Amino acid sequence: MTIVADAPRPTPNGSDRIPAPPGTARLTRASAPDLARHLTDYGDLPPATGSAALLETLRAAGLEGRGGAGFPAWRKLAALPSPPRTGRARPVVIGNAAEGEPLSLKDATLLRTAPHLVLDGLLTVAAAVGAAEVYLYAPAALLPYLGRALVERTDAGGVQLHAAAESFISGEASAVVNALAGGPAVPRDRSIRLTSSGLGGRPTLLHNIETLAQIALIVRFGPAWFRSVGTDTDSGTRLVTVSRGLAAAGVSTRASVAGADTCVPRAGRGSPLRQQSGTDAGSIRGATGTVLEVVGGSRIDEVLRFAGVDPDTVEAVLVGGYHGAWLPSPQLHTALDRAGLAPFGASPGAGILLALEVGRCPLTLAAAIADYLAGQSARQCGPCVNGLPAMATVLGRLAAGDRDPRLPGEVARLAALVAGRGSCHHPDGTARFVLSTLTVFEADVVAHLDGTCAKAHA
Amino acid sequence: VSARILAATGRRAAAGRSADPVLHIDWTACDGRGLCTELLPDLLQRDDWGYPLARGAGVTAPGAAANVPGGTTTVPRNGTTVAVPIDGSTVPVPGSLRAAAGDAISLCPRLALSFHEP
Repeated sequence: MTIVADAPRPTPNGSDRIPAPPGTARLTRASAPDLARHLTDYGDLPPATGSAALLETLRAAGLEGRGGAGFPAWRKLAALPSPPRTGRARPVVIGNAAEGEPLSLKDATLLRTAPHLVLDGLLTVAAAVGAAEVYLYAPAALLPYLGRALVERTDAGGVQLHAAAESFISGEASAVVNALAGGPAVPRDRSIRLTSSGLGGRPTLLHNIETLAQIALIVRFGPAWFRSVGTDTDSGTRLVTVSRGLAAAGVSTRASVAGADTCVPRAGRGSPLRQQSGTDAGSIRGATGTVLEVVGGSRIDEVLRFAGVDPDTVEAVLVGGYHGAWLPSPQLHTALDRAGLAPFGASPGAGILLALEVGRCPLTLAAAIADYLAGQSARQCGPCVNGLPAMATVLGRLAAGDRDPRLPGEVARLAALVAGRGSCHHPDGTARFVLSTLTVFEADVVAHLDGTCAKAHA
Repeated sequence: VSARILAATGRRAAAGRSADPVLHIDWTACDGRGLCTELLPDLLQRDDWGYPLARGAGVTAPGAAANVPGGTTTVPRNGTTVAVPIDGSTVPVPGSLRAAAGDAISLCPRLALSFHEP
């Protein structure tokens, strides 16, 4: 294997090399979004390398994709057809900031605070693979930030901005490709890989924008630096979004939710993780959640404390977003990484934690989320179009106080029926969430069937 | 026979590889007409809404967590049990049903079926 040197690289203008960020405020080290401050904070982007060298660098770093699936970043490079990539074989590279998940704010935050890191990563990958076309796909509201960043640079003329659709599945890889091709942002049948034939039939490489920003740091400071924090299996740092309550869940419940749920968590003071994360810059408050940069393998309860949420006030945490799974309060010492979460059927996903406060009825929240997810079907695949509303309706009956003892079994049957039967993972993820709800909150299910649930249902 | 030639030329068909092929369902094309379930009754049944459902898939085991998507389940096949992924989009086809599966691919009015080599 190629040894990837961490030695200083010459910079084009011969200026002094910026030292690697010493703490764990890396992506959140950006002090301002403009190019001058970006260069002061991070230094110049090193000269482009070839695809094979970038692949080895990313493999050495152990960077996993930050969009949700957690696919190793180097594997996508490896999946492209072998060089020479000329003519129709020249790839398309896409930076994906669609972030359709309402509980996730980290990509929007990153684009606002460090757009040049994202562009650096995008241009690094595009140069390495000899891309024919380069796109950045982001919500329309964020395009002005990107437009300002693009005009500051001389090397980003080839980057095309494209407004992302406003839907839960808009960021699914094949939906992004469809949208860029001028069609609706709905997934394609997954029989053909995008890395073989994607946009316009070209091999297509799509990365989440946090992944790209991490790549921008890795090519500057090296894989050994990247791995110097985190764990062997979850190296580096990751952005997370922590929120709590029903309103933060981004779904409407039948009863309107009082203001108590809309409070914005504040960054913790003096918590263990804050010290790990370096400076206050490691915390950025969003509209309904807190975006944090945490080291890989951090404990979930420590991440909650860092976000200003007292774990003792939490009954359970939904990990990985609406397609994720619940961890009950006795398990909150679990690490927020793939290995730690596997026993719960969960994964870090896009770094999303939703805290359910003690005294709130989990079934009411879960039914509202299931309802939302059913409405977000792309309406292409029969089992999803029909099965998700059916599942959400039965869960809703259970949450609303229907004491028919067959309801939990029917929810589980429908969940198993829809799983894996769609062109994207929307039915699978929805089934995972619903089954996790039935399993983790079994006592609440019993209380509902007995008519004894005393928790708040609004 | 002509249908099978069509399958071999028009779409990815069983190309004589040694391993059992996998029948892939393109859910964006399928609208549940049910022809495949008639041609492959041992492999496919219809779900609540008429869409093809692999026999053995979508069955709720005791303890819902056991059926969390991404796992595997065991299904009876040819007098024994085999492990298959809980993924109703790709259905393993035993060799004895390969010809019938080729017919289903050829005759699907929505062109929603194809063979995938596992």
